Amino acid sequence: MSTEIAPTDPNVRIRVPRARVAAAADDSQPGSKIETKTVGQVTVADAVMTARRVNVHYGEKHAVKDVSLDIGRNAVIALIGPSGCGKSTFLRCLNRMNDTIDSARVDGSITLDGVDIYEKRQDVVQLRARVGMVFQKPNPFPKSIYENIAYGPRIHGLAANRAELDEVVQTSLAKAGLWEEVKDRLDHPGTGLSGGQQQRLCIARAIAVDPEVILMDEPCSALDPIATARIEDLIDELRQNYAIVIVTHNMQQAARVSQRTAYFHLGELVEVGATNQIFTNPRHRLTEDYITGRFG
Amino acid sequence: MSEATQARARTSQQKVAAGLKRRYRAELRFRSYGIAAVALGLLFVAFLFFSIISKGYTAFEQTFVRLEVSYAADKIDPDGKRAPADLEGANYEALVRQALRERFPEVTERGDLRKLYGLLSGSAETVVRARVLADPNRIGSRETLWLMADDHVDMLVKGHIDRNVPEDERSIDDRELGWIDRLTAEHRVEVRFNPKFLTGGDSREPEQAGVRGAVMGSLFTLLVTLFLSFPIGVAAAVYLEEFAKRNRLTDIIEVNINNLAAVPSIVFGLLGLAMFIQFFGLPRSAPLVGGLVLTLMTLPTIIITSRAALKAVPPSIREAAFGMGASPVQAVLHHVLPLAMPGMLTGAIIGMARALGESAPLLMIGMVAFIADVPKTLSDPATVLPVQVYLWASSPERAFVERTSGAIMVLLAFLLVMNAAAVFLRSRFERRW
Repeated sequence: MSTEIAPTDPNVRIRVPRARVAAAADDSQPGSKIETKTVGQVTVADAVMTARRVNVHYGEKHAVKDVSLDIGRNAVIALIGPSGCGKSTFLRCLNRMNDTIDSARVDGSITLDGVDIYEKRQDVVQLRARVGMVFQKPNPFPKSIYENIAYGPRIHGLAANRAELDEVVQTSLAKAGLWEEVKDRLDHPGTGLSGGQQQRLCIARAIAVDPEVILMDEPCSALDPIATARIEDLIDELRQNYAIVIVTHNMQQAARVSQRTAYFHLGELVEVGATNQIFTNPRHRLTEDYITGRFG
Repeated sequence: MSEATQARARTSQQKVAAGLKRRYRAELRFRSYGIAAVALGLLFVAFLFFSIISKGYTAFEQTFVRLEVSYAADKIDPDGKRAPADLEGANYEALVRQALRERFPEVTERGDLRKLYGLLSGSAETVVRARVLADPNRIGSRETLWLMADDHVDMLVKGHIDRNVPEDERSIDDRELGWIDRLTAEHRVEVRFNPKFLTGGDSREPEQAGVRGAVMGSLFTLLVTLFLSFPIGVAAAVYLEEFAKRNRLTDIIEVNINNLAAVPSIVFGLLGLAMFIQFFGLPRSAPLVGGLVLTLMTLPTIIITSRAALKAVPPSIREAAFGMGASPVQAVLHHVLPLAMPGMLTGAIIGMARALGESAPLLMIGMVAFIADVPKTLSDPATVLPVQVYLWASSPERAFVERTSGAIMVLLAFLLVMNAAAVFLRSRFERRW
């Protein structure tokens, strides 16, 4: 599959130094010099979240090393890389899901709209209402479809009455492209849907609380190609309103849905750049090897 | 494929074929061991049930004697005022004796009369009193009543006393035998359903003894146990499993909980005696203290099974809840606990079933005393079903044998009801994911 994506026209390829180059050197944004070994532009002009020098340790294991990355508004950024490269761990830092793991330790700073989310004053509950998450395996609550969507608005007190809640449920399901399929059986268990529908239910559940950012951890890896295509279309639509960070092992998917792509390798963010540039013209040797299928 | 590899494949196939038969035999053997074990288990259960039920069902029946009792006004209420105290305190025993003497006018000697009176249970007079108190207008009239026979008569009628053994080895002598035969011939003796066994408290007289006191004692004790151990156990399990940090202290707590589950129950009884009765001054023999002791005993079981149930909830559910911004308490209360509830209920019911069958720790806190009254509150002296079984089993009267088995049947029924409730609750709570 990688042959499809790999640059077919050798003329397009620009030779870049194989050694690591300091990204700071070609950081075009004046005044925002960032010390990083990452190749490419880690910052964006309109960032909703910024990560600076993020390190994550699981006990002895150093899972994420010195990662700096901006998440742009109304854009999809794909995190790719071989298994165990720390991309999911980094993703889980963005809404502090790593807090639930006892041995995890996160250093560095991550901000959401300029406020450090790891500060003591930051409320985790509020953070997760603003940064929603969709998991690898569809994990609807073992409750009705309606209750699945209504749960978030309910615990955050977003709907004043039943009518408002009904409204939220309908719009969320509609945005996730699921309304037409389930409108007649909202009281059926969410776990009775097909895998793809379950995952769209989980996306609907995430957007029901009006987040700013949606994190997706390999959202299609448990789905068949048709369901995957629907989710990808959905991600493209959702980009209008949300910043989306998606971890994927499927490089075609990354190429299809994202505007920026970040390549992780052994805990380090090796290269980041516009998706078409990364897939047609990777500047780092490791990136090139990965996307051309030499390893991973 | 080269010839060499083909040949190798062929020999491999032959080896596989040669081993197949052995494999199937092993499988069959293993399966038959399993079936044999299950069959043996079922056989023992069937044997147990047969033995208990065949011995115990007669406890629910009792021999009654039909007599005409005259409510003589001069004996009950000589001054005719119908004062409740007078009616209550009248000598009804005399009326019963009168009725017996009317049937056997030829018996006049004191010793013989005493034996004649002994044919009826001591409870006969309470029946007559109850009739009069229920309707004082009966005074002056006559009524035919079925009065309970003494346990010796009952045993004879039920065939537990052999008429053919010599008179001096029998608890019923030939004269009594004659009277009973005469009453039987007149169709005045009948074995009927005995409600007293289910509604009465314990008694020294087997025919009057009932399990109600023990059932109520068990019920109160178990209610105390359930209402204390389930919430405490679930709360402890939730805290340890979902909130507590893993460190040396929680490790020590965990090891100790596991150890407590293995402590002999009588030790908990001693602890209860020292703590609840000596130190806190709670009443002896009370279901309250029994419940507290059994709570100590069942807590480790409930904590361990509840933790296992919590562990079995897939982490994806917690992640989903956290991902939606649920606080840890909300994640547990809204999602984890409902999913773990069936498993927790199973654990609780196992603990409760053990508590229901427990007698040793209750002996230590005085629930082994002879208590004739049915307990009405948690602090009334009481006994429980297994202790009642023990008490009756060690009583010398022949009639207590069937009552022992009868009490075991009641105990088993109690257990079945509890388990049925657990199955019902579990299916209500069960959800698939």
